[in-house]
Amino acid sequence: MKSLKQNDPVQFTRIYSLGASRGSSEVTNDEIAGPIDSSDEWIRQRTGIVTRMRAPEGQSLMDLAVEASKEAIAKSGIEPSEIDAVILATISFPYATPSGATMLAAEVGAKDAAAYDISAACAGYCYGIAQADALIRSGNSKYVLVVGGEKLSDFISPTDRSISFLLGDGAGAAIVGPSDHPGISKTVWGSDGANWDKVGMTGSILDFRDGKTQWPTLVQEGQSVFRWAVWEMVKVAKDALEASGLAPEDLSALVTHQANVRIIDEFAKQLGLPETVVVAKDIVETGNTSAASIPLAMHRLLAEGKVKSGGYALQIGFGAGLAYAAQVVELP
Amino acid sequence: MALSEQDVLAGLAELVNDETGIAADAVQMEKSFTDDLDIDSISMMTIVVNAEDKFGVKIPDEEVKNLITVADAVNFITSNQG
Repeated sequence: MKSLKQNDPVQFTRIYSLGASRGSSEVTNDEIAGPIDSSDEWIRQRTGIVTRMRAPEGQSLMDLAVEASKEAIAKSGIEPSEIDAVILATISFPYATPSGATMLAAEVGAKDAAAYDISAACAGYCYGIAQADALIRSGNSKYVLVVGGEKLSDFISPTDRSISFLLGDGAGAAIVGPSDHPGISKTVWGSDGANWDKVGMTGSILDFRDGKTQWPTLVQEGQSVFRWAVWEMVKVAKDALEASGLAPEDLSALVTHQANVRIIDEFAKQLGLPETVVVAKDIVETGNTSAASIPLAMHRLLAEGKVKSGGYALQIGFGAGLAYAAQVVELP
Repeated sequence: MALSEQDVLAGLAELVNDETGIAADAVQMEKSFTDDLDIDSISMMTIVVNAEDKFGVKIPDEEVKNLITVADAVNFITSNQG
């Protein structure tokens, strides 16, 4: 009797390249301060945000995802046809089905690639990297395109003081593939569904259909989320660093989900990293782009020459669910 | 030994000063964190977490919104010390 064949595992993986696309419209604090009875100064003080990039009508989530993906593919040295799997992390693709990933795969020329979306909100990109790493090391896929992409401006309320004014639109893409040395450490991840209602929507689409609610928009309990995002997530970041076998001084960068500069600053303080570690703050100009924020922030650090290819970055995504994931990656 | 109200007030004032730069002697029992001391929700939560460490108490999220004045916080801490 013949024995069942399983894939030969691959030992190591790494991120080959990144791509970035931000909404083409720059929205200043002054432009959005009126309906929330606020001001540029108030928003800067409480969030650190100076502008957020939003996609105007006519620029879709898919446009952003395709642009970011094409850049990542072009920089990776592989052909689109070599991509075996496309993972799109998003909470703002406007169809429950089919997935955005299948459309994205077709748009970028990843013919016949496995394709699916994942819903892990601001942790989505790190979930995607964890899955890509696992797919490749199991021998199931050779090259995986991971995209965190959002057009959150479709799901905001101009009068919401909890989260809407933080949000921007964008997509960040990564090509992940096999490596001759370790490039992605163990992912430390999880969820806390007991706090399902801390970040989410004002209502379901069924309630909207039945006239029980306005168009559902994003909302959060900011103070509770702040405590969780800093003090609980710092523990996760420490666990991820320990699992990577690196010491804090071995890191080039800390790339947290770009939720709010106050969260990022307190996070960095509690983590106690040496001053040599660059802390990503793409949020200042881009806003909070949920699943897109980590690859966008990392892309900016590389583009501005603040970190070098080959260095190590601790990346951690956290948000609605509550869901979280962290890993250390070699910078592409 | 449980700390006195005065000790808790002094300790809390120190935490407020660390987080916001507000002079410790401005942190008085009748002052409102928001209206008088102009402490925003994020700084308030940082002070709460640091107070938990300093005084060995647990201050749940749902309790934080009830801490309107400095006296509210001092009373909560003194009556919940381990």
